[in-house]
Amino acid sequence: MMWRIRAFERAAEAGLANGHVAGAVHMSIGQEAVAAGVSAHLIKADVIASTHRGHGHSIAKGADLHGMMLELYGRAGGSCGGKGGSMHIADFDVGMLGANGVVGAGLPIAVGAAQGLRLLGRNAIAVCYFGDGAANRGPFLESLNWAAVFRLPVLFVCEDNSWSATTRTATMSAGPGIAARAESLGVPAVSIDGNDVEAVDETAGRLIADIRAGGGPRLLHARTYRLKGHTVTDPAPYRPAEEVAARWEDDPIARNAAELKALGLDEDEIAAIEIAETRRIAEAVAAALAAPFPETAAAFDDVQDVGRPAPGAERGLAHPLPAEHAA
Amino acid sequence: MSGFTYIEGARRALAEELERDPRVWALGEDLGRGGVFKQYDGLQARFGETRVVDTPISEATIMGAAVGAALVGSRPVVEMRFSDFALCAVDELVNQAAKNRFMFGGQGRVPLVVRQPIGVWRSSGAQHSQSLESWWVHIPGLVVTAPATPADAYALLKAAIRCDDPVVHLEHKALWPLSGAAPESDAPAELGRAAIRRPGRDVTIVAWSAAVHEALEAARLAAMEGVEAEVIDLRSLWPWDADCVLSSVARTRRLIVAQEAVRDAGFGAEIVATVTEALGDRLEAKPVRLGAPRIPVGYSAPLEAAYRVGPDNIARAITGMAA
Ligand SMILES: Cc1ncc(C[n+]2csc(CCOP(=O)(O)OP(=O)(O)O)c2C)c(N)n1
Repeated sequence: MMWRIRAFERAAEAGLANGHVAGAVHMSIGQEAVAAGVSAHLIKADVIASTHRGHGHSIAKGADLHGMMLELYGRAGGSCGGKGGSMHIADFDVGMLGANGVVGAGLPIAVGAAQGLRLLGRNAIAVCYFGDGAANRGPFLESLNWAAVFRLPVLFVCEDNSWSATTRTATMSAGPGIAARAESLGVPAVSIDGNDVEAVDETAGRLIADIRAGGGPRLLHARTYRLKGHTVTDPAPYRPAEEVAARWEDDPIARNAAELKALGLDEDEIAAIEIAETRRIAEAVAAALAAPFPETAAAFDDVQDVGRPAPGAERGLAHPLPAEHAA
Repeated sequence: MSGFTYIEGARRALAEELERDPRVWALGEDLGRGGVFKQYDGLQARFGETRVVDTPISEATIMGAAVGAALVGSRPVVEMRFSDFALCAVDELVNQAAKNRFMFGGQGRVPLVVRQPIGVWRSSGAQHSQSLESWWVHIPGLVVTAPATPADAYALLKAAIRCDDPVVHLEHKALWPLSGAAPESDAPAELGRAAIRRPGRDVTIVAWSAAVHEALEAARLAAMEGVEAEVIDLRSLWPWDADCVLSSVARTRRLIVAQEAVRDAGFGAEIVATVTEALGDRLEAKPVRLGAPRIPVGYSAPLEAAYRVGPDNIARAITGMAA
């Protein structure tokens, strides 16, 4: 799974470089272990709310890769019909309720989804991914409080990559940290090394079991690192090169490869995983390149049914005179 | 009068929808105690704490949670207490509720209703009196309703709850006790259809919410001077019934828009612009927009009065225009 996410994002990076992918693309290279470890414990009926950095969450939840790639390429048939792009990637068929362009906005959506699932009698949970920077926005406090008050089945997953865009989050955050904030609101929290996929897997499994057993919300604080810039086009000059170099040593995929090796897999077997995932993604890219763009009329769809915009109304009169008065 | 009030209309509409559809639920602050204006009175006792939910004072999360809950298939009715407090939840309403369906290519729907009590009421001051309809009408994806009568408080709320798009439902606080005819049936209103509250041949007045009553009073005053004004109650602001307005102005050739909200950059400007685009060369007078000056609402009675348009101003505009 981690390899698949990495291959997808490498392809997104290349697509941006050659001009086929547009807009803001936020990559999670270096953070793949979090999504992979958490999703291992989710069923299809569970829902997730994601961040602006949502490719990994989406892929790990089982989103259709071809649909995602078409979406990045802005093509018809993309998972959002070309209306979302990277920052609004979503796949409702597998419970991926969307990446979000507004930091922290997924938190209340996830608690509401959990409440809705309960009201409708569905036996499923909600997972909310958010960044360390988002924990400084009001919705973090409101949503954790809310989830605790209603004992909702929600797992909050903080992907703490140390950075909020170009600012070191620690310089902007008071107090002893995110887990402590959660605990202060009565939400049990665990901090772990988020680059250790085994640790994520084990801890998420335990927390999700507690939630499914009716224990109420839990928070997983996963320390990781964003190995690339904030967006694909950000060279991240604000970070010391030594810091980045040191963190590449801790790349979760390399770490996992080493662990697999220690378990007895040979180099070829590990390389085969990587090759298979790269090939799978290359197929999605080829399909995206071959696909048509959406018709412009699609821009008028899915806005609203009641009072929907009329294609063509943007030119000429917004409202023509009713026939009997059109003298 | 039958004694069917605006507040009763709202309460009955919600109760019937809660009864009809198990996916409908309401959430907001103090609903268990009936809500700020008692518009939820008795509903929690009847439908339980999971269908009529008391929430923390967390407007952003009330709205955001409703978005999430709607996305998984329930139909939340959100209470904002005062329209002014919906400003604490603007991201959730504008960037999430209104955009979700579009930006995810139609994968999810957000059938929520946001009830926002609006308007000047009993010296409530600058932060409890606003009418912000033009903010919401401006946002693609939102439906905006504003009942002026008890029957519409009932029928429009029902329509809002059954609507699959997110609806901002504006209820005027000064109208809660207003009594009027009970609706003839339990059917929801048709969204986007205006009502002619008073027919007239000389001037068309377009209004909504409480301003409808001021326009009716002004029309009565003007009639004593021999000028017959037609009063149109828009009922819903998006979609709005341009056909009804254009047909009326095509006859009267004169237009006044009367709104309680601040006039500048208000929804009235949209109506005037639309009518001018379609009928500009047939008008016999320049259209007039009446609304509040661009000031916050003052507390003290004369200051509050300086904000309101009121029937006298409207009546003067009518007779002035017909002269
Ligand atoms: C409400 C809001 N404020 C600011 C931004 C701009 N912005 C986008 S991502 C980001 C940093 C977020 O940091 P964090 O939550 O730690 O997530 P990360 O990018 O590190 O994954 C900022 C400031 C935004 N999208 N939304």
